[in-house]
Amino acid sequence: MRERKQKLKNSFFKAFALLRQAPFKFIWVIKIFLDIRNFYDILDFDVFSSKSIFNSGGKEKELKKMFLFGLLATLLGLPLLGCGNAYENGEVYVYNWGEYIDPDTIEMFEKDCKIKVIYDEFETNEMMYPKVEAGAVNYDVVCPSDYMIKKMIDNDMLAEINWENIPNSKNIGAQYYETSKEFDPENKYSVPYCWGTVGILYNKTMVDEPITKWAQLWDPKYKNQILMQNSVRDAFMVALKLNGFSMNTTNIDELQIAKQSLLEQKPLVQAYVVDQVRDKMIGNEAAIGVIYSGEAIYTQRENENLEYVIPEEGTNVWIDSWVILKNAKNKENAEKFIDYMCKPEIALMNFDFITYSTPNDAARELIEDEDIRNSEIAFPDLSEYDNLETFKYLGEDGDELYNSLWKEVKSE
Amino acid sequence: MSNVLKKIYIILIFIFLYAPMAVLIVLSFNASKSRSKWGGFTFKWYAKLLSDSSIMEALITTLMLALLSSIIATFIGTIAAIAITGLKKSTRTLMMGITNIPMLNAEIVTGISLMLLFIFFKIKFGFTTILLAHITFNIPYVILSVLPRIKQLNPSAYEAAMDLGASPFKAFFKVVFPDILPGVFSGMLMAFTMSIDDFIITHFTKGAGVDTLSTKIYSQVRKGIDPKMYALSSVIFITVLILLILVNLLPNAGKKAKIKK
Amino acid sequence: MKNKFVKWLSLPYALWSMAFVIIPLLMVFYFGLTDKSGKFTISNILSISLPVHFKSLLIALLLSLISTIICLLLSYPLAMILSSMNSGNNRLMILIFVLPMWMNFLLRTLAWQTLLENEGVINTILRAIHLPGLKIINTPYAIVFGMIYNFLPFMVLPIYNVLCKIDKNLLNAARDLGANEIQTFLKVTLPLSVPGIISGITMVFVPALTTFVISDLLGGSKILLIGNVIEQEFTLNSNWNLGSGLSIVLMLFIVISMIITAVFDKDGEGSAL
Repeated sequence: MRERKQKLKNSFFKAFALLRQAPFKFIWVIKIFLDIRNFYDILDFDVFSSKSIFNSGGKEKELKKMFLFGLLATLLGLPLLGCGNAYENGEVYVYNWGEYIDPDTIEMFEKDCKIKVIYDEFETNEMMYPKVEAGAVNYDVVCPSDYMIKKMIDNDMLAEINWENIPNSKNIGAQYYETSKEFDPENKYSVPYCWGTVGILYNKTMVDEPITKWAQLWDPKYKNQILMQNSVRDAFMVALKLNGFSMNTTNIDELQIAKQSLLEQKPLVQAYVVDQVRDKMIGNEAAIGVIYSGEAIYTQRENENLEYVIPEEGTNVWIDSWVILKNAKNKENAEKFIDYMCKPEIALMNFDFITYSTPNDAARELIEDEDIRNSEIAFPDLSEYDNLETFKYLGEDGDELYNSLWKEVKSE
Repeated sequence: MSNVLKKIYIILIFIFLYAPMAVLIVLSFNASKSRSKWGGFTFKWYAKLLSDSSIMEALITTLMLALLSSIIATFIGTIAAIAITGLKKSTRTLMMGITNIPMLNAEIVTGISLMLLFIFFKIKFGFTTILLAHITFNIPYVILSVLPRIKQLNPSAYEAAMDLGASPFKAFFKVVFPDILPGVFSGMLMAFTMSIDDFIITHFTKGAGVDTLSTKIYSQVRKGIDPKMYALSSVIFITVLILLILVNLLPNAGKKAKIKK
Repeated sequence: MKNKFVKWLSLPYALWSMAFVIIPLLMVFYFGLTDKSGKFTISNILSISLPVHFKSLLIALLLSLISTIICLLLSYPLAMILSSMNSGNNRLMILIFVLPMWMNFLLRTLAWQTLLENEGVINTILRAIHLPGLKIINTPYAIVFGMIYNFLPFMVLPIYNVLCKIDKNLLNAARDLGANEIQTFLKVTLPLSVPGIISGITMVFVPALTTFVISDLLGGSKILLIGNVIEQEFTLNSNWNLGSGLSIVLMLFIVISMIITAVFDKDGEGSAL
């Protein structure tokens, strides 16, 4: 009896010892890759002892390995934790600008409509286009800019919107649908999401007089204090308006004159930037910058010496709108998504987050701060100006022309 | 050269390398979103970081991608390096030439060509496609790290082991493998580093909803970098630094204990 | 280890590179040698002779050459100091030098903007102690600076590896034979470290040549490098043909420069070729 007990005990201990060792035997491969101390023993090229890898001696080493293994297991296991929520009504693929939506609104949409949102971001229209055109990923809803929408319409990439499925679209002011006709002639494809102007932001304390015209950006006394947009169409827009031409011209003579202006201005320009214009103006790096109206509010909050103005020679009015792709797999959900974004409270949340002007008049009513609700910057009365234009898609040849001229400007 | 000069030189380079880190860490406590203005001290970005699931997912994706791609690339690259030494010269030059191609191409070219490849073969974009792309550009680094070590090997050790009765496999693992391990690890480290920071290739080969830290940061270019990213970078940096220091100190403590015994 | 079995070990890699390296490369060549309608044309490649493109290539070559040389001059002493330190510390040192590379590239470059700007951290400090300010932001100097910063670890590691492998007995022997420090360095250390130098130059020069983020952020986007041109062709103009054509030219260029450096490295030990 006793021997049996003893045998049992022995086998029990053996089994236990084996079990204890099993994880380590099992993960000896992982051990090699995760044992940090050994692996940078290895980096010390003149000293290597193979014993240290294959002998596991020392408790602290085993503890370290357990910890690392546990860490690895947790890291690999974490994504699995995410699965489990049931989205009964399916999913929708959204492709939008970076930082261009309040993440809370997406969560609210998912909860209210029980549709899962797979959300992707892009930096520029031009980086978005190849991915959508190539069909690499099947997005349902995209938020391009005006001229890009026209390009996509021309290339038959968009689906017509069933307005009955988007009742909240009535919250968007009529004048924005009017402006949309420049790129979406029958308002069939797009629902405005954000809009704004392009203007001059200047630092009151760093200039001698108020800035009101593009021409002042060519004034030599502001040498190295000027920031221009690093975008072919925005830069040419400024130069074309300066010379009194349309920002959508494809007339080679007019473009050459504009190019000449840009070349003359180049020595005065501190830098061609995209978003950096905000931080640089806030930090008093430059006196004058070309900026989007949506950024202006934010910058003024951070630096009270900054003023935004729409230049006398005229400027660009732009709109970013939601569109649905023709080969979208979840058209209905896409429409529900756009409809949700047009709700006044949601549009207001997005406005607060992005600070870019919302075309949603119902949302505008809900803005509490009067200064902002009636702000000249955020909500200028467009009828006061007669020389505002929206970008048009210029076709492949037009684009090529602009791009090659822009290259010449940059390479000078 | 005097020791003082040496130390000063190292310290200067050290400051040069780490100045941006210091800036990032300081900015992560900046109450203002702008990097040009100090708006007061705050922990809010760290708090918001923990509750931001998309950043956490991106972090996990990045780590998994880097780990998996470097491990797989190390595997394929190591056996390839071993094989290359056994090939005749003309094939060897060909293989080395092929190895160099991903390094010679501008990243954007590699990224777009891989995207075209996946589209052509109708492979669904997602985590897998990024993984395949990362492995592709990681393998050359592994091969280039392992190859010099293999060349330095003493071939007689391997043959001696076989003479003593070991099978080719066993001889390999007990004799050859430990000697090339430094190269393997250094290759893996390089692969891991390259994978963590890659943006362009990842951008063109990723699917919807899959983000790495790099693509997330780049997508914020138009509107401005979210300060949560500064907080995240600071956390990663401090964690790895502490890990390194600890791992370096612990073995010494262990050694002292052993000596005491 | 030249048995038959070993050869087959290369099969996975061969297959992989066939699929993911060769085929995409062929696609690049296809785009580079055709125009938008699919007709064969060499115009994409010849377009390198356009003043705009050629100038961008020259400037990129110049800047990356300067960066590589300065990187080399800075890293060699560093590698020497590191390899001569005792083994306890230098392990940690190596990882400390690699650590910054794990931070995101864009964030690091933006941080340098904050440091280098005219109203940035460095200038504020300099002004506080009444020294003249540093006006290098938005100039080519800043681009070189950024390149050096980003690629320094790539130059240090290979040289460090090679220096560690040098047999100390050789140095002792040289000194025994009467050479002073400088002669030992020139005649023994330097020649033996050439493979590492070649490796380092390759890992710095090539990426520096094709970079475009650094010139955008630190150079104020006022200077067009060949990397900028290629990137714009692909993303902005959607002209993949021209972009591929220019990339092919760039590839040829890099291959030529690597053949030149390979001449210096007859053993083929540390270098890529």
